[in-house]
Amino acid sequence: MAAIEISSVSKSYTGDALAVDNVDIEIEDGEFIVLVGPSGCGKSTLLRMVAGLETITEGEVKIGGKVVNKKDPAERDIAMVFQNYALYPHMTVYNNLAYGLKNRGTPKAEIAARVNEAARMLELEPYLERKPRALSGGQRQRVAMGRAIVRKPAAFLFDEPLSNLDAKLRVSMRGEIKHLQKRLGTTSIYVTHDQLEAMTLADRLVVLNGGKIEQIGTPLDVYHKPASTFVANFIGSPAMNLVEGKLTGGQLMIGDNSMQFSSAPPADGPVTVGIRPEDLQPTTGTGIKARLDYVEELGATRLAHCMTDGERLTAALSPEIPLADELTFAVLPEKVHFYDHATGKRLSNA
Amino acid sequence: MHKTTFSDHLILLFGVFIMVGPIFVAFMTSTHDAIDVHMKGLQVAWGDDFVDTYKEVLTKKGGFTGDVTGARMVMNSFILGIGFAVGKIVLSMLAAYGLVYFRSRFSTLFFWMIFTTLLLPLEVRILPSYDVMTKLGLVNTYTGLIVPLLASATGTFFFRQFFKSVPDELLEAARIDGAGPFKFFIDILVPLSKTMIAAIFIIMFVYGWNQYLWPMIMTNEESFYTLVRGIKQILLVWVGSQIPEYNQAFALAVLAMLPPVLIVVIFQSWFIKGLTESDK
Amino acid sequence: MQAVQSSFYLEDPFGFSATFVGFDNYIDALTSDYYLHVAKFTLIFTILVTFFSLALGLLLAAKADDVIRGSSSYKTLLISVYAIAPPVAGLIGMMFFDQHIGPFVKMAAWFGWDMKVGINYFDTAFAMITVAVWKQIPYNFIFILSGLQSIPVSVREAAAIDNRSRFGRFWTVTLPLLAPTAFFLLIINMTYSLFDTFGIIDVIVKDKAANNPITLVYKVYMDGFRGNDIGGSAAQSVILMLIVLVLTFFQFRFIERRVHYN
Repeated sequence: MAAIEISSVSKSYTGDALAVDNVDIEIEDGEFIVLVGPSGCGKSTLLRMVAGLETITEGEVKIGGKVVNKKDPAERDIAMVFQNYALYPHMTVYNNLAYGLKNRGTPKAEIAARVNEAARMLELEPYLERKPRALSGGQRQRVAMGRAIVRKPAAFLFDEPLSNLDAKLRVSMRGEIKHLQKRLGTTSIYVTHDQLEAMTLADRLVVLNGGKIEQIGTPLDVYHKPASTFVANFIGSPAMNLVEGKLTGGQLMIGDNSMQFSSAPPADGPVTVGIRPEDLQPTTGTGIKARLDYVEELGATRLAHCMTDGERLTAALSPEIPLADELTFAVLPEKVHFYDHATGKRLSNA
Repeated sequence: MHKTTFSDHLILLFGVFIMVGPIFVAFMTSTHDAIDVHMKGLQVAWGDDFVDTYKEVLTKKGGFTGDVTGARMVMNSFILGIGFAVGKIVLSMLAAYGLVYFRSRFSTLFFWMIFTTLLLPLEVRILPSYDVMTKLGLVNTYTGLIVPLLASATGTFFFRQFFKSVPDELLEAARIDGAGPFKFFIDILVPLSKTMIAAIFIIMFVYGWNQYLWPMIMTNEESFYTLVRGIKQILLVWVGSQIPEYNQAFALAVLAMLPPVLIVVIFQSWFIKGLTESDK
Repeated sequence: MQAVQSSFYLEDPFGFSATFVGFDNYIDALTSDYYLHVAKFTLIFTILVTFFSLALGLLLAAKADDVIRGSSSYKTLLISVYAIAPPVAGLIGMMFFDQHIGPFVKMAAWFGWDMKVGINYFDTAFAMITVAVWKQIPYNFIFILSGLQSIPVSVREAAAIDNRSRFGRFWTVTLPLLAPTAFFLLIINMTYSLFDTFGIIDVIVKDKAANNPITLVYKVYMDGFRGNDIGGSAAQSVILMLIVLVLTFFQFRFIERRVHYN
């Protein structure tokens, strides 16, 4: 078990733009960190640099206080769970789990003890003599996890381990991974493109875009105070409404609708305004007027897709609220997020 | 989907008759004695000279110099067939491993170099190959017989395709598990290739066993003759004699085709897999 | 590429002296009447062998694919000949075309055809082609059958719904889907006819090439190892090499596209 330090790490492939651009992350011992972002954002590359499967172009990776840049994957004391599991198809489950230990010269008795312990933890005991071919998707996933656990490494690295499973299994495996990680207390880095998976698993999230860090924070931090329009749009489903607005002396104009802010909002001028769908509530008083376009029923909530002055607004409403063609929405001032019109960076509203 | 018609079977039976008939007749004729065959022609029924004919062929000194027996030729054929198949598999697996897993700037170049030079059939590069072997003093040796035949890219191509289909993650998982390049090859790739190796072995064994032109050039001492190589010479001697020994000629032909035919028939599914996926 | 080098030299049979003669060997080869005669036979031989072995292979494969009962026995019996070495096939063929005991000679006699294989040019060519086709049918059969079996069942079912005629379906759906296999086989069969038939020809001709049909490869062998005209033989093999390179090029273009990774 160890802390991991990623300092000013960059990756460039010959001639291309940076795949990972000057990334700094400090991961505490035992922490569960999730790297999340759209495909091509560099999250897998970053993970693979920690694993030693990609060379580090610039910067340093430290595991347990030691620089590992030049070390082989096998010498880094890490274990990795791959998206397609990468189980050795010709070996039994037992041998799949034992292979890494054998290569390290672990005594036979200890191998057996560790494999059996991992198998018990993952409920794989009845399958130890089977080949991966004879296992279901969920079982294969467990074997891949088991291969990581038996090694008792300083860190677990997960590369989208659940994306090959069906939706239902994914949810239950998600719970198991979280549970297991808490129980073992092993430092973990987990890569996913699924924001829900990221939210539910992470102690802290790292949102990546175009090789750069957009935000690091706890799931609730990131959800309630997205650092940029990118994060605001990426985290949360349905996504946060982002519309163009204009500020003049505490008054926000969104099209013809106006809102008065008592606490001083940021400087005057055009801004991007972010409002989460659940923060839009119908009112009989004044507010943002919108025309109802269409409705999606989710059971517990209903999504009302509306138009206001050419901008699209989505509101998550309770099904009990009656709908009309014309709706007026009220928003609490503290639920309104302001972003710089040009850079997309969050503007503090006191 | 549709009903099989009688004519379908008729055509197939006729096909089988044409393909297998001659082999059957060859075998049956070899169980008769020479005079019988000479008088009555080819035979379609079992004769009583099976043991005699084959004993004679296997133990009799044959050829022009009388240096070689059928048994010796059978042995030489097995040496060539197995030696070639094993050599070919080892060589092409290593070459393919190098090509796929040690990507260097030149590997594509190497790849095409190997291919353009080595895909030429031995028949068209036979003169220079012979020249080199003479200079190395390898005429009439098993080495000279087998090694130049190994120089072709066919097996390499097949294993290259197979290795490329092995997911990269497997290599990465093995690296994390502490397996170096050699261990990965032995522990993971070779066991994964088992079926492929079997399929290639069958094809290469048949190919080696059936070699004709190269053994003809490389071996002029009869003790190095393989069955296939010896067939013409012995044919000239036996069939050229007073009462042509057709039965013995056929017996030799049966011996020459039996091992490869049996292997192909018994390991049919591997053989077909290897053949259709390696594209020769 | 020693062959290329020696093809530009005139070498005496014992290799004591070599004179650079430039393209003379090529010019000699390409302008000699006998060479052109052999080339012409090789071409006809290649076309006929390729055509008949492909056609018969296709017929048998299509039928083997159709029948349900016994199809694996048919398959086993039909592929066994693949494993027979060309000279052995030549030997068996020679027995069937033998003057004394050969049943084909007797059959031909019924039609008033006085068959003299080994003596009459046409008859020898006929025997060669017959044996070469016989030996190659299994190879084509295996590939076409595996090509047929890789056509998805759903496609066949869709065709069965769209087209009542069995032959029509074969012609409009099955055959086009077989085209890649057929193209590959076309090249393989040409290579086979050019090179792998050496053993068949050698056994049938029995070193008496004089009045008998031979192919270009056989001539390379004859001139180089029997006639000791190393330079001329080398020039001829360089010409063959070029043909092979062209065929190989097409073959690889094709394989690279066809092979799928699973």
